[in-house]
Amino acid sequence: MAVTAAVLAFFYLPIIVLVANSFNPARFSSRWQGFSLVWYRRLFESPEVWQALKNTLIVAVAVTAISVVLGTLAAFALHRYAASRLQRVHYTLIYAPLVVPEILMGIGLLMAFVAAGVPLGLVTIILAHVTFCVSFVAMTVLGRLQDFDFSVVEAARDLGAGWGRIVRKVLVPMLMPGIAAGALLAFTLSVDDFVITFFVAGPGATTLPLRIYSMIKFGAPPMINALSTLLLAVTVTAVLASRRLSRSKR
Amino acid sequence: MYHCGDLTPKQRAEWLVSLPTLAWLALFLVIPAALIFVLAFRPADPYGGIGAGWTLETVRALWAPSNLAIAVRTLWISLLTTAVCLVLAVPAGYTIARASEKWRNRLLMLVIVPFWTSFLVRVFAWRSLLHPEGPVKALLQAAGLAGPETTLLYNPAAVVLVMVYTFLPFTILPIYAAAEKFDFRIVEAARDLGARPFQAFRKVFLPGISQGLLTAFLVVFIPALGSYIIPDLVGGPSGEMLGSKIAQRVFTDRNLPHASALSAVLVLAVMAPLVAVLALQRKKKRADIIMGESP
Repeated sequence: MAVTAAVLAFFYLPIIVLVANSFNPARFSSRWQGFSLVWYRRLFESPEVWQALKNTLIVAVAVTAISVVLGTLAAFALHRYAASRLQRVHYTLIYAPLVVPEILMGIGLLMAFVAAGVPLGLVTIILAHVTFCVSFVAMTVLGRLQDFDFSVVEAARDLGAGWGRIVRKVLVPMLMPGIAAGALLAFTLSVDDFVITFFVAGPGATTLPLRIYSMIKFGAPPMINALSTLLLAVTVTAVLASRRLSRSKR
Repeated sequence: MYHCGDLTPKQRAEWLVSLPTLAWLALFLVIPAALIFVLAFRPADPYGGIGAGWTLETVRALWAPSNLAIAVRTLWISLLTTAVCLVLAVPAGYTIARASEKWRNRLLMLVIVPFWTSFLVRVFAWRSLLHPEGPVKALLQAAGLAGPETTLLYNPAAVVLVMVYTFLPFTILPIYAAAEKFDFRIVEAARDLGARPFQAFRKVFLPGISQGLLTAFLVVFIPALGSYIIPDLVGGPSGEMLGSKIAQRVFTDRNLPHASALSAVLVLAVMAPLVAVLALQRKKKRADIIMGESP
């Protein structure tokens, strides 16, 4: 019990200090100097932060769209043809990004892009993000498919519906909670990713985590506290929404 | 598609829905992984790209003492992190599993929430806590445990601390999951038969949750080996690990073949525990079958 309480305190203390410091006007923030929104104002006035936010959103939207389509298709294949040898290979490939350390994916992709002469930028970031987001979408949708009753599809076929119609009117609506949860997860992961992005970004394309990193590394003012607090609020909201979606049954 | 002629319609449909992800992952996962090993044998060109021809020089240079020191440090930091995580996670997982259902869900939520914050932000939070002007040092100084010249940042201890912080939730969850399925009446039986509390814990409870312990070990040890941001931001030169060295080779020295050789070492280091655990599990399964237990 004591250990558990200590562990929880250990988890939350740094986050609480960070959020508190974002409202502290002191530049070197060990002493509280009253409540202030000065760092938030600075943040909103910084053109680099806005540019980074724009890049992050462009990437995240593209990544979400591509990985939802690919991931849902993959989950369908994995579920429908579960026993085949092809699906065993398919599953291993989809599982791999979940265990491979990020730095290895980052460096491998960088090498592939350099070897193929692809210029680094937003496009390479999108390609890299899709590669790991697909796995998360596929796993989320697969979980949903596991308690999906395929006799509904057969019933629709018996009633004369073609495949296009079945996909549009039966499969997608019934799988929607899983797909939506996967989409939110992909979006959050893309917005949050630093390591892989760092390797494949190139000089022009700065996303929000890359911006934060350079602010940390090169000693920018405590604007990072404010930015982190905002990011934290957004992530927590997104994950809560995604959990609610995946929990709501049928 | 003539070559598909010998496939049944069902197989053709299967290929059709599997092909997009198979092709994508072949292109952006399998080929990059293979390139890590291939490029280690290519020379670097002075512009940060890959030169022509082949060489064994880079692989030979891996045996430099400085590289060996980093490999050894990566290993011990990862092992220590994993050990500390397990020591903290077993009592925490146990407490959560034994709590009433209402409290169990609350405690689980409390463990999961820190996961949701940006990883970079969490590392940054520690960096400001351990900063020379930060609160931790002020506290330690007030308690007489630190002098004015004590540095809390930029050493291996800081790396271990922040790594434990990052990986602990990942350790608690599998241990909790195993403890939740564990039948605690067995512990009571052991106690009734005269086992002391610690004995019952060590000889009955720990073996009972061995699957959870194994999972917890893997989910900490593997990413720990590949750590990059943590040693980079709080490690300093004395806390460098394989991951931060790889990044340094890419971004500072602009030498991709060297980075690739180091990454190949990391790939092998990551594979080793995975293969070991798989082999162990297969052996255990076989033993279970021989002993007549249900698999």
